[in-house]
Amino acid sequence: MTLLSLTAVAKRFATVRKDGGTLALADLSFDVAEGEFVSLLGPSGCGKSTALRLIAGLLPPDSGTVDWPERKPAIGFVFQDATLMPWADALANVRLPLDLQHVPRAEGKARAAAALARVGLSGFEHAYPRELSGGMKMRVSIARALVTEPSLLLLDEPFAALDEPTRAALNDDLLRLWREARDTPGQKDLTVIFVTHSVGESAYLSSRVLVMAPRPGHIAADLALPPGPRQRLSPAFLDIERRIAAALPASAT
Amino acid sequence: MRRLFDIALPLIVLAAILGFWEWKVAHDAIPPYVLPAPSAIAGALIDNFSSLMASLATTLTVTLLAFIAATAAALALAILFSESRTVERAFHPYAVVLQVTPVVAIAPLILLWIGYDRVTLAETLIAALVAFFPVLSNTTLGLRSADFNLVDLMRLYGASRLRILWRVRLPTALPYLLSGMKTAGGLSLIGTVVAEFVAGSGAATGLAWRIVEAGNRLEIATMFAALTLLALTGVAIFAVLSLLEYLLLRRWHESAIRT
Repeated sequence: MTLLSLTAVAKRFATVRKDGGTLALADLSFDVAEGEFVSLLGPSGCGKSTALRLIAGLLPPDSGTVDWPERKPAIGFVFQDATLMPWADALANVRLPLDLQHVPRAEGKARAAAALARVGLSGFEHAYPRELSGGMKMRVSIARALVTEPSLLLLDEPFAALDEPTRAALNDDLLRLWREARDTPGQKDLTVIFVTHSVGESAYLSSRVLVMAPRPGHIAADLALPPGPRQRLSPAFLDIERRIAAALPASAT
Repeated sequence: MRRLFDIALPLIVLAAILGFWEWKVAHDAIPPYVLPAPSAIAGALIDNFSSLMASLATTLTVTLLAFIAATAAALALAILFSESRTVERAFHPYAVVLQVTPVVAIAPLILLWIGYDRVTLAETLIAALVAFFPVLSNTTLGLRSADFNLVDLMRLYGASRLRILWRVRLPTALPYLLSGMKTAGGLSLIGTVVAEFVAGSGAATGLAWRIVEAGNRLEIATMFAALTLLALTGVAIFAVLSLLEYLLLRRWHESAIRT
């Protein structure tokens, strides 16, 4: 079932120079089905973050449409930086979306604690962001995105700033959350749109990869991947990586 | 041990300076109308204790009123500035004009307008004008420094501007506000001293006027006693505001974390 469809979306950003601005996206069209794990893969400046913000409704498109055939679902958003409130502890940070939806305090606390447990941070409820490592901060950020039980998760290069082992661990956690939602009867499927510039990460996580190319941003290839789970460094995995890398535009200069 | 030494060291320096001062005055037979000995200043402080305390209370009242008024007005204006570029464009130049105009120069005018029968109000306004600007500029900067992504996140969950202000912008601005308040605390005292000088005799009984008065009567020891109280007041204001800053920021802000 189609969750969302972008049709001929274009977005231009004003620049300091009076040259009409930079065309970030031109004629971007794709559909995302419920339960998919879609990676938007491309080099910096290809408009993938802009596409994510358009989907979230944080930016309006200049032309074209972002449609939700059913209705716009609850969205969780994770930024490249953890984007936590430094003056609030982990629990209060995760509770923020619930506070904004006027969920009663006690219930909010319980749900926030449960979300922290889901990302493996039980016992860190009252730690402040500065007391947490980069990976732990990111987990708090993911817990905050999950706490409203969204059916669409938008992630904007969430692990790009992390070291390799932490990144691998968080990749596995994210996959586990996505599979849990899919395999648990009665639970709504989780749809993930994941922005990354890492071929390996997109190959490991996604059920589908949309390869983007810059100037102006557009979809260069739409690759459906065989169902997982995948084994890093296995021949099948390397084959997927090769397929994705081949679809990437020649290095942007 | 180390801590004790840190506290003791400046006190030892103080004792040494006072000792040398006392000895020098006695040894060179410096007349008390040029430089009174520390013991004479202490004596003047004790002799005039109740009247000096009354003057301290007057000065402190004006200083605190001015500080509170300046902080409240600056915070309110900073919120307006940060929420509306139009308001900022319209009023910011005048805030700057107010800042660069030496308030001493307009103090007589303010006194004239408000009147010598309401001299406390006039003095408070003068001191508040002196203290106002650092809070305004610091807080405006702080409110603007909010993490864009955090603001976007709030919008994603449908937060109103007021909620974004309350939950994100104001907490972000808090360290900036407190830093501005620390500057404003000292400036309030300076502004009050200036206001008392300008207000002159008759109405004014604050510490600054006591200094002028004692100077006219060549009671230099009393002058020093009043000056000492003024300095101690300044130190106390700074200490209280530093403590407030520490208590509010110690859990999360880099500036307040002890290493």
